[in-house]
Amino acid sequence: MNALYATLLLPLVGVFILAFAGHRRQAKTINLVLCTVTFATALLLALEVFRDGAILSTGKLLYVDGFNVYLILLNAFVGMTTAIFSGPYMEHEAAIGRVDAVRMRLYYSMYQGFLFTMLMALSTNNLGILWVSVEGATLATVLLVSLYRTHESIEAGWKYFIICGVGISQALFGTILVYFAAVKILPPGAEDGLLWTELHRHAADMDAGVLALAFVFLLVGYGTKVGLVPLHNWLPDAHSEGPTPMSAILSGLLLNIALYALVRFKMLVDPALGNHLAGNLMMGFGMLSFSVAGLLLHRQYDIKRMFSYSSIEHMGLMTFAFGIGGPLATFGGLLHMIVHSLTKSAIFITVGHASHIAGTQKMAQIRGLIKTQPFVGWGLMIGTVAIAGFPPFGVFTSEFLLFTATVKSYPWLAPPLVIGLAVAFTGLFRNLQPMVFGSPPADQQPVNANMWPVFIHLALVLWLGIAIPGVLAQWLNQATIMLAGRGVL
Amino acid sequence: MLIASLSLPEQGVLTLAALILLSSFLLLAQVRLDSLINTFALQGALIFLATVFMAFISGKYHLLISAALTLFLKVFFIPGQLRLLVVRLNIRREVEVIGNPMLVMLFAAGLVLFSYYVALPIRELSLLSTRNTITISLAVVLIGMLMVISRRKAVAQVIGFMSMENGLFFAAVVSTHGMPMVVELGIAFDVLVAVILFGVFFFHIRTEIGSLDTDRLNHLTEVDR
Repeated sequence: MNALYATLLLPLVGVFILAFAGHRRQAKTINLVLCTVTFATALLLALEVFRDGAILSTGKLLYVDGFNVYLILLNAFVGMTTAIFSGPYMEHEAAIGRVDAVRMRLYYSMYQGFLFTMLMALSTNNLGILWVSVEGATLATVLLVSLYRTHESIEAGWKYFIICGVGISQALFGTILVYFAAVKILPPGAEDGLLWTELHRHAADMDAGVLALAFVFLLVGYGTKVGLVPLHNWLPDAHSEGPTPMSAILSGLLLNIALYALVRFKMLVDPALGNHLAGNLMMGFGMLSFSVAGLLLHRQYDIKRMFSYSSIEHMGLMTFAFGIGGPLATFGGLLHMIVHSLTKSAIFITVGHASHIAGTQKMAQIRGLIKTQPFVGWGLMIGTVAIAGFPPFGVFTSEFLLFTATVKSYPWLAPPLVIGLAVAFTGLFRNLQPMVFGSPPADQQPVNANMWPVFIHLALVLWLGIAIPGVLAQWLNQATIMLAGRGVL
Repeated sequence: MLIASLSLPEQGVLTLAALILLSSFLLLAQVRLDSLINTFALQGALIFLATVFMAFISGKYHLLISAALTLFLKVFFIPGQLRLLVVRLNIRREVEVIGNPMLVMLFAAGLVLFSYYVALPIRELSLLSTRNTITISLAVVLIGMLMVISRRKAVAQVIGFMSMENGLFFAAVVSTHGMPMVVELGIAFDVLVAVILFGVFFFHIRTEIGSLDTDRLNHLTEVDR
């Protein structure tokens, strides 16, 4: 229990410390130490949950079970490794004069603020607080997207703010409708009508009509944040214009949080409706996002935009997986959440180094990375191979599980799935090939790059592809039982 | 069921709901910035009154705290903040040309009908007052969204956004007598931070493009130029 409180309190304290100390030379160390300790407490929390099962805080505000515990751990882990990368990266940005002292304070403070809102969203039991936290995550990052104060970054920030703000408002309306359905069946005077644990117990009694309407609003609302087509316009802009450590966290973690929220609601709506409406909606939007993003990958010129579209594609895939909903697809979806986070944040870290080497984000001008700085070139190559779903990486495992489930339940959707994967693969590789292997410009110099986070992430993804550790498999299986009714192990 | 069969405060809430919807239409059509801000404050005041009425109907007096929050945030703080920004950016008298106002208004009317169409089949909403108020709050949310879409000036978009928030708050008050207090406080905090951030953005946009016309924020596209 204390581990949970510590996991939440540390980043919150960090917000205030770094708001005052963010411009100092030690800021990157403070940031890294805070993130590392947060990861350690998250690890303790995970052990606690593994030993004793789900925990519910006194006051029932926080709830950690098999579904969210591994996401909390993942969040803290990627937060930590990105902090390793973010220190030198932001020093470089400050050295070339792109950010001043005030903005460094803003950056570090909001780095912790962002982690806090995401951990809060994951661990809360109250669906209202879940909404407040997801909205809070937008607010924490919106000024980071426009951190460089260029025309493009301000445009991206404004778009992010307005589209996500308007979108997420729909989710609040959905939440209000769920609460409305809940107060009708819970004993009068009960204040716990928004607690997920309570609602889950009474899910089958809630009014189907209200919940169906609520789910549509929730899908549009949280779907905007997941980046589902056609609500995805903000995503490539926000991910490409902000500082690269932010892109890594936005793509790697924030999208997962929104999807997590959606799946939690699906667990409430399914028993009440007794049909597959929620699943069908998610399958439709997921498939659409997956296909459209795969095609759009071919049209990109900016390296960060390209990988943002790859994120949309993978989020679509996960939404599709949770939409199908059987044990196999759910297990695949849960695993995909982990491997996508790890791979995508590794890629963005590499891309950050690559764009420092080339001095631009335009892919046409990034050339010959493998000659200039082999580690960065290899990092980008292996990262892209992993995200494209090649064996033996973990992305292949989860996509294969999803494919098997699709063939089993919806065979007619298998061809579009395979074609979509192939289209996305070619889209990535046609741009990647010259960037890694082309001939470098004459004066291209290596930069000071720390590639450890990248290789740790990719090694983990490789490990998950070859042999999922028993502990993790147990957790994923528990979560699958909660979501799909029965496990796969 | 007839309106006359309801108690007086309930009739009051229904009347206020109608006025709130009307104020949404006013917001949509208002072209001058200072009048726009005043209309937004008026909508906040109507919602404050409706919340007070609901507190007495339901006997849940914690709603009075929400009402006080609304009064502070939606009637004084946000409009005050916006007025201050408008004065400091020197755009108080600015008039915005709405492209095809007729179409926008008709579309908004369509959204109201759509809200009724969505809510009518739901059995749980069979009570006259809840059905009307939830429908109207949904319409206010959708009209706010239409306003964000149809307006070009950043200030008007923000007011549209905040009026969506008004609709959501109204929905929570009339359907469930408010959300749990901790959630209400969280939402109020988010709104507060959002307003401050919007203010920051106004200055950034203005510095970068020389006006608050968001149509000029059009550099990011899928094709390289």
